Amino acid sequence: MSTYVEHAHDAHDDHEHHDSGSQTVLGFWFYLMTDCILFATAFAAYAVLYRNVATGVSGKEIFELPYVMGETAALLLSSITYGFAMIAGYKGNKSAVLGWLAVTFACGAVFIGMEVNEFHHLIAEGHGPNVSAFLSSFFGLVGLHGLHVTAGLLWMAVMMFEVAKTGLTGRAMTRLSCLSLFWHFLDIVWICVFTVVYLKGAM
Amino acid sequence: MLLGKLTLDAIPYKEPIIVAALSGAGLMGLVVLALITKFGKWGYLWKEWLTSVDHKKIGVMYIVVAMIMLLRGFADALMMRAQLAMATDGHLGVFPPEHYDQIFTAHGVIMIIFMAMPFMTGLMNIVVPLQIGARDVAFPFLNSLSFWLLVSAVILVNLSLGVGNFARTGWVAYPPLSELGFSPDVGVDYYTWALQISGIGTTLTAINFLVTIIKMRAPGMKLMQMPIFTWTCTWANVLIVASFPILTGALAMLSLDRYLDFHFFTAEAGGNAMMYLNLFWAWGHPEVYILVLPAFGIFSEVISTFSGKRLFGHTSMIIASGVISVLGFMVWLHHFFTMGSGADVNAFFGIATMVISVPTGVKLFNWLFTMYQGRIRFTPPVLWTMGFMVTFSIGGMTGVLMAVPGADFVLHNSLFLIAHFHNTIIGGAVFGYLAGFSYWFPKAFGFKLNEKLGKAAFWFWQSGFMFAFIPLYILGFLGMTRRLNHTDNPAWDPWLYIACVGAVLIACGIGCQLLQIVVSIRDRKKLADVTGDPWNGHTLEWSTSSPPPFYNFAVVPHVHDIDAFTDMKEKGEAYKVPQKYAPIHMPSNTATGVYIGGFTTLLGFALIWHIWWLAIVGLVGIIGAMLARAYDNNLDYYVQPDEVEAIERAHFENMGIDVDNYSERDADKPRRGSRPTTTA
Repeated sequence: MSTYVEHAHDAHDDHEHHDSGSQTVLGFWFYLMTDCILFATAFAAYAVLYRNVATGVSGKEIFELPYVMGETAALLLSSITYGFAMIAGYKGNKSAVLGWLAVTFACGAVFIGMEVNEFHHLIAEGHGPNVSAFLSSFFGLVGLHGLHVTAGLLWMAVMMFEVAKTGLTGRAMTRLSCLSLFWHFLDIVWICVFTVVYLKGAM
Repeated sequence: MLLGKLTLDAIPYKEPIIVAALSGAGLMGLVVLALITKFGKWGYLWKEWLTSVDHKKIGVMYIVVAMIMLLRGFADALMMRAQLAMATDGHLGVFPPEHYDQIFTAHGVIMIIFMAMPFMTGLMNIVVPLQIGARDVAFPFLNSLSFWLLVSAVILVNLSLGVGNFARTGWVAYPPLSELGFSPDVGVDYYTWALQISGIGTTLTAINFLVTIIKMRAPGMKLMQMPIFTWTCTWANVLIVASFPILTGALAMLSLDRYLDFHFFTAEAGGNAMMYLNLFWAWGHPEVYILVLPAFGIFSEVISTFSGKRLFGHTSMIIASGVISVLGFMVWLHHFFTMGSGADVNAFFGIATMVISVPTGVKLFNWLFTMYQGRIRFTPPVLWTMGFMVTFSIGGMTGVLMAVPGADFVLHNSLFLIAHFHNTIIGGAVFGYLAGFSYWFPKAFGFKLNEKLGKAAFWFWQSGFMFAFIPLYILGFLGMTRRLNHTDNPAWDPWLYIACVGAVLIACGIGCQLLQIVVSIRDRKKLADVTGDPWNGHTLEWSTSSPPPFYNFAVVPHVHDIDAFTDMKEKGEAYKVPQKYAPIHMPSNTATGVYIGGFTTLLGFALIWHIWWLAIVGLVGIIGAMLARAYDNNLDYYVQPDEVEAIERAHFENMGIDVDNYSERDADKPRRGSRPTTTA
């Protein structure tokens, strides 16, 4: 295939497949929009159900703002460090990319660890999702976000492996850009979760 | 433990009707498999079709699935009409309620999700890249994956016939009926996982085509110059991207309720069943526009081609489709005016619903003005289009009638509603797909369909439709509600009999269509389309051969007009022989889509039957296959110029153009045995 690569470029069809990086990123943007609507659905469910505590507790009784603040800090920090990873990527600095991705991964893991711990405590104390519609929608919404972050962590691990093995190829940079969009998107969603669920609930 | 909830009792071997149906289907399947083996076609099937990433072949496979599902869904329809014609005046008919309820649920789910959607997606796959002058879609592998996710969902739905049962909730699966307490068996789980899997496939398709349309149009093609079918598909894809995640969310919540004892929609612990209705229809109403907008596009292409005229009001068509798309998101509540949201809310949604008839009316007048003073050729696609105009207008008007909340309180869930939405979905979407099927069939296969049988099919469908559904309007006014298993009202009997006759007439129409395909394959030499332009078409898909080479266009066309191919024909450039060919970059076939589809089927089946180890196998398989694909470096290749030249030379020679002694002025007059190229 390689013999004709140059020819393909002067074949003057500017929409040819060699433009696939920008296509992939655009496609990923569309995917994120669908994901955004999925989150909107979960938020809508929470907004409808959060008063329906039935025989269980309300948000005010179970939310610990300082703890959630720590979680939030870890996640927001991971967004900044991912940004540093991308900057290093544009400069072609492979080891810096790997380093910043490792920091990002650690922050994300802290976030997920804290969330799992929070869920575990709630369920152990008898505030599981089977108690009331409020708790169902709470676990549904926060859990949906947590699942996304977990998927993002797995993806990040794969990307660290890829970059370590094959370096910052065009393909790797496209994928890192998509993961970057995904990661920042999850951050924005978390800010909404923090505001709508925790801040509003604790007040 | 090892098999979860699955036991031998799940196989309904004691039910003679199901056993007969299953053995019939199994026998047909065995015959097909035996034939493939006998002719030694497994390798061909695998290499050329199942693992193909060619959008045209994927499109054909979508339509094959849609047609098989049409037969299945229609068999359900015949059973329902027969049951209701027999179970009058105290008779109970053939089907007990628990079986009958599965039939009408399966009928709705299959016809919407597994017949209409794949038919639409299939036509879009075949046509849109050709219309915009692209060589494939933006993500060819993703396209194959979407198809195999659909197949996986289809397998699950049909598996429910023989293993366990299907939902008995109606195709909308409203809670609390669909909750574990009232539907404790696996029927609803088959429903949720099948819809979930096919919904993800549909979402991926929409993303794929939006990127294709935005990024891969032929040079010179401005957005407002895109052919109208491509435009209506664009709107449909925007609607898919915006609405399918809501279905995903709603079904996920229902599954959480059923599997992990959550309380989103339950009748206890504060759950809110009406939230499911809102979410379901926030997807469900846009869904009907997802089905019908591409059909509108097909009618536009057909009517403009066969009137020999440019489409009247191309821009206003695009805008009207956009307005319908936006309004389509603002009317979901009219599906449950009786919920009790109050007069002001109902009034808002009633008025928004009525407003949709305005852009729809714009379209109808555009079609009429396109026909006005045209030289109309009454081919089967035109018959479907004209049948649509009449039928859909009736459906539209009954829709406006039901948009009045006061009237809806009387007609809600009556057979009037059933008649209305069949009127719009059959008369709108299905007629459109059938028009598109006969219109683009020669493009996909290189020969036309037999016209006589096509016309016969249309007249059976059209008359059968009227016989089957006009009585339902009357029955609705007489007070008959939907989903009844048997009736005891002598005033209803004659209308139920007539409706049954209508279903039989439609069966004759479907029979004609099957016969038409067989006869046309037999006569394919006589019906051959050598030029690639059998109808004197306007758009780029007709500028390449029929069937198109796998790379679609040897030289990517430059576009200067809405009717790009008419423009080329008028300028005498339509059949230019290129001086030389450049290498063409194409994606390689891959079996990954098939594997992921297989693992997804395992995952779905395991989740339905609570076989947890198998679910893990399925999930790990999916992730593993995706990773293997992500690090596969053998994704694409270049078609060399000499191969392109050989293919193109054969096509030109077929048309009677002498490639070796070719001069520029021959570009407008090859055309062995075809009509003159200019249009009115």
